[in-house]
Parts: sequence; structure tokens; C-alpha cells
Amino acid sequence: MSFLNYLISGISLGSVYAIIALGYTMVYGIAKMLNFAHGDVIMVGAYVVFYSTAAGMPAIPAVLLSVVICTVLGMVIEAVAYRPLRSAASPLAVLITAIGVSYLLQNLALLFWSSNTKSFTSVVKIPALKVAGLNISGETMVTILACIVIVVGLTLFINKTKPGQAMLAVSEDKGAAQLMGINVNATIALTFAIGSGLAAIAGVLLCSAYPSLTPYTGSMPGIKAFVAAVFGGIGSIPGAMIGGILLGIIEIFGKAYISSQMADAIVFAVLIVVLLVKPTGLLGKQIQEKV
Amino acid sequence: MNTMRTKTAKQNAITYGIVIIGFLIMQIISATGHMSSSLSGLLIPFCYYVILAVSLNLVVGILGELSLGHAGFMCVGAFSSVFFTKCMENVITNSLVRFIIALIIGALVAAVFGILIGIPVLRLKGDYLAIVTLAFGEIIKNLVNVLFIGKDSHGLHFSMKDTLSLGMEPDGQVIVNGPQGITGIPKDSTFVIGVVLVLITLFIVLRLINSRDGRAIQSIRDNRIAAESIGINVTKYKLMAFSVSAGLAGIGGALYAHNLSTLSATPKNFGYNMSIMILVYVVLGGIGNIRGSVIAPIVLNLVLDYFLRKLQMLGSNPVLQFLSDNRMLVYAIVLIVIMLFSWSPKMIEWRERVFHKNAKEEA
Repeated sequence: MSFLNYLISGISLGSVYAIIALGYTMVYGIAKMLNFAHGDVIMVGAYVVFYSTAAGMPAIPAVLLSVVICTVLGMVIEAVAYRPLRSAASPLAVLITAIGVSYLLQNLALLFWSSNTKSFTSVVKIPALKVAGLNISGETMVTILACIVIVVGLTLFINKTKPGQAMLAVSEDKGAAQLMGINVNATIALTFAIGSGLAAIAGVLLCSAYPSLTPYTGSMPGIKAFVAAVFGGIGSIPGAMIGGILLGIIEIFGKAYISSQMADAIVFAVLIVVLLVKPTGLLGKQIQEKV
Repeated sequence: MNTMRTKTAKQNAITYGIVIIGFLIMQIISATGHMSSSLSGLLIPFCYYVILAVSLNLVVGILGELSLGHAGFMCVGAFSSVFFTKCMENVITNSLVRFIIALIIGALVAAVFGILIGIPVLRLKGDYLAIVTLAFGEIIKNLVNVLFIGKDSHGLHFSMKDTLSLGMEPDGQVIVNGPQGITGIPKDSTFVIGVVLVLITLFIVLRLINSRDGRAIQSIRDNRIAAESIGINVTKYKLMAFSVSAGLAGIGGALYAHNLSTLSATPKNFGYNMSIMILVYVVLGGIGNIRGSVIAPIVLNLVLDYFLRKLQMLGSNPVLQFLSDNRMLVYAIVLIVIMLFSWSPKMIEWRERVFHKNAKEEA
């Protein structure tokens, strides 16, 4: 029976990775850059919820506040740090700036909120479900449900609405999209806004399930979510979900059956194997380079 | 062609000259008895920071890939070299010979790790190297912390659990003790060896850059497709630059480790912070500018470590206190501001306009 329990907690952790990976994969698809600061936006989102619930705010408004703050934060980061470098001569420039932003967020968090571990109170108040000896916690159910809702919502948004179609167009060819009258800057800003809003939700769900919060909480899940995005095929929304869930299961099984200290190493071994065998990921498309 | 060659030779000579003059200045300061203990404690760190910055610049500036796990290679070099030193402590008594072999081992092991990581990653285009090296840096630290190695009359014993499961004879000696790391390291690093290593590092990197291979590496950075189309083996040259850089980071790690009495892998010395700090040196000195990577670590450390402390002794100032307490915050801001200032097309245009105006006014 413990196998099923591990499977469920793997899917739950994987759903969090999937939500983070969605933000990564959208930003990577459209801006062709690795947003290293994405993981730290998660941390900021979790801190906002931590402090607003501590101040007596009910859970749902606190989460909404956190989503709003992270959305604004993501747009500010994009406008201040990334947009000026979008047409820089070297592709490394924006990557190094992203590292700088990630580092800045971590150190600002250290300055404002100190390095002490905060114990996060779960925002989910649903009692655990007991089915045939299985114990499914409220957090698990909410996380998995949130992941499904977000993936369906995003797929509909991208395929059925004008701004979503604009995103697809910009990710395919910026110049051509601009000629078709699409506001490229606004579309990229919108992508960052959605990605960062999702990061806030992921932060809350992550800390509800694993309730210790430090300024470094976001960095490792952030990297793992990138692994998930690569695993599923970078740029693909269903790929991010499948990659995230598989990675969560691999991590939990690795912890349970192999070694808890080696779990991170196993996750990255997965990345190395994917890069060796199928660099485009499970659902990724081979993109031909144009000269 | 010939004038170009003499020009590079001159530029390189200036770089070597800076190191030698810096060394002589330090020797004069210490010979005349002006060397304070806080400054003399910084001399060997200067050497390994320069080695690390120069070797990272080979990847970031010359190859054009981002590596965020330089501290990981440093960690590998440090542990493998110190492990050798501890094993051979009673066999090779000449500390210089032992240290030289330890340095070579540290460099080789780190280079092998560089190749192992490079093979799957460097044949792809895109930013995979950044994320894989970042993960490598974090993981290698965790792995070292669960590694136990002991030595007794039967040879070496390995374990990933604890010292008891090594199953050694009673006379056995634990060399690598998990989170406690390696203790009782002989202090083999000296400033003179450090400076010699800096010169060797510079020699290797500058020779590489100005060789046929180096031009191939730079052509990949400038235009991968064009380089491929004239028959350059992209993966091979990327791997070459990356493994040389990793090996040199291993030397830096070995120098670092032999300057300590106890070596353990903590987030502070081999973590993400260290990798970022080296990246800050490279960015501050100028991406692709080797001489800048020699100067930047020394200037930044002198300012943040030495002068700031001196100023604080004169009188406590809240701004100075804030700067020295939040050094990592300063690094982050330096990184972002320099990148925006030196790489943003708008900033470049603005700088050119201002310079142009000045030139006109002078004329």
C-alpha cells in the first residue's frame, strides 16, 4: 500500500513542479531566455501569503494578493532587467542579468525576512480523504486539481483568445508578429505576468505541502521545474505538465527506495539522460535552424 | 599578421607584468614590515580568486557559454587533491613535491568531471550548460557531505552512510569524514606557489586563446552556424575549452584547500554563492577580457574586505556597515547594473553619443 501512497505524493509534488514549469516553458518559448529568477518569485509569493495570513487575512484573499504582487514583480523584472537586453549582441547578457535578478531577490529576502526558517501554515483547510487505506491529504487534492485547472485554462487561453494567439505568433517569429500588428513588448510582458502569477500559486502550494520557508526555498524547485520543462519538451504546455508529474514521481520514489540524499542527484541524472537520448523532450518539436 | 602577433604578445606581456609587479609590491610591503595580518591573510585568496576568475572567463567570455558550477569544479579539485595529500602524508615527505602532485591530481579529476558533464550538454545548443552546471555545483556538495573514506592496512574503504560502516581494522584512519570533511591538512599553499600557479593559468589560457584551437573556439562563440559550415567540430572545441576551464578551477580549489586546516563542503565555500562571486569578478573585469579577470578579484576584495574594514575601524558608519553586512546584495546589484550598462543597445548608443559630443567639444 505504501507504493500507492508514494505515487500520490509524487503526483502531488509533480503537480507543483508542473505549475512552475509552465511559467518557465512559456517564458522560454516566447523570450528564448532562461528566467533564473522564476524560482525566487515562488519564494516571494510564499512569503506574501505567510505574512498576510499571519496578519489575520483569510486564505483566499491572501493567495490572490500574492498572485497580484508576483504578477507585478514579474512585469517589473521583465521591464527593468530583461527588456533593455533583448536585442543585446550576446545571448549571455540577459542570462547573466537573470542570474543577478535571482540573486538580488534572494538577498533582499534575506535582508527583509532574515534567514530564519518560517513554518508555513497550510492554506488548505480541507480534511484528509481516507480511501481503502490510502491517506490523501487536502493539500494533495487541491494541488492536483489546481494543476489540472491551470493546464486546461492555459491551453484554452492560448488557442482560443487573441492575446494567446499573439503569444504563439511572437514565440514563432518576433519580427513577423510585429509586422502583423502585434505589440511584441506587451505580449512578452503578458507572458511574464502569467508565469509569475502561476509562480505565486506554486509557491503557496509548495509551502502548504512542505511547510518550511526560507529565502532559498524557491531556488531548488525552480531548477527542478526547468528539468521538468526540458523533460516534457520545452515550449510545450502539456509537455510541462507531463514532465513535472513524472519528475515528481521520480523524485519521491528515489527518496523512498534509493536514498534521500541522492534524490536531487537522481533528478539531474534524469536531465542528463533526457539530453543524451531525446534533447527535444517527450513532446517537444525539432526546430530547424534558419540561416 | 606579423604586427597583429606582436600586438597580442605585447598585450599578454602586460598581463603577466601586472601579476609580477603585484607580487613584487606585496614582497616589498612584507620585507619592509608593513604587512598587516589582515592583508597577508588575503594573499593566497587573491591567487585562487584570480585563477578561478580567469578560468571561468575562458568559458563565459571566450567560449560564450554560461557555467554556474565553477565552485563545484573547485570542490572536486579541492577534495581530490587533499585526499591525495592525506594519503601520501607519510610517504612523500617533501611538501613541495607532494603539493605539485596533488595539484596535478586536483586538476585532472576536475577536468574529467568537466568532460563528463560536457559530453551530454555541450553538443546541444541553448542554455542547458547553465542549468546543468548549476545543478552539478549543488549536488557535488551534497555528495561530498555523505562520503566517508577510510584507510587501513587492507587499503581504502568507501561508504555513503557513516564511519562505522566502513568496516575498517582498528588501526584504520578515517580520511574523509562526511559532513566534517577532511581534517589536519598540511598547509602547503604559499603565496609564491600561488603566484606561480596564477602565471601558469594565464599562460595556458592566453596560449589557448591565441592558438588555432582558440580561434576555433571564438568562432563558435561568434557564429556557431558559420563555424560549423567551415568544418569546425563544434562539440570538440566546446569540450576542450570547458574541460580546460574545469581543470584550472580544480587547481584553484587545490590551492584553496591546502590553505586551510579543515576542509568541508558547506554552502558558503563551494555553494552557489561562490560560483556567483566568481561570475561577478568575470563580469566586473569584462567578459572575454582576461586581464580584467586578473584585476577585478583583487580590486573587489581589497575594497570590500580590506579598505572597508580599515574605514570601519576609524569610525562606524551605517552605510559602510550595511555594505559589509550585505556583500552578496552588493554583488547582485553590481552584476545587474554592469550587464545593463555594458550590453544594452540603448546604453551603448547613449555612451557613444556622449563620447562623440565630448570629442566634438574638444575639437
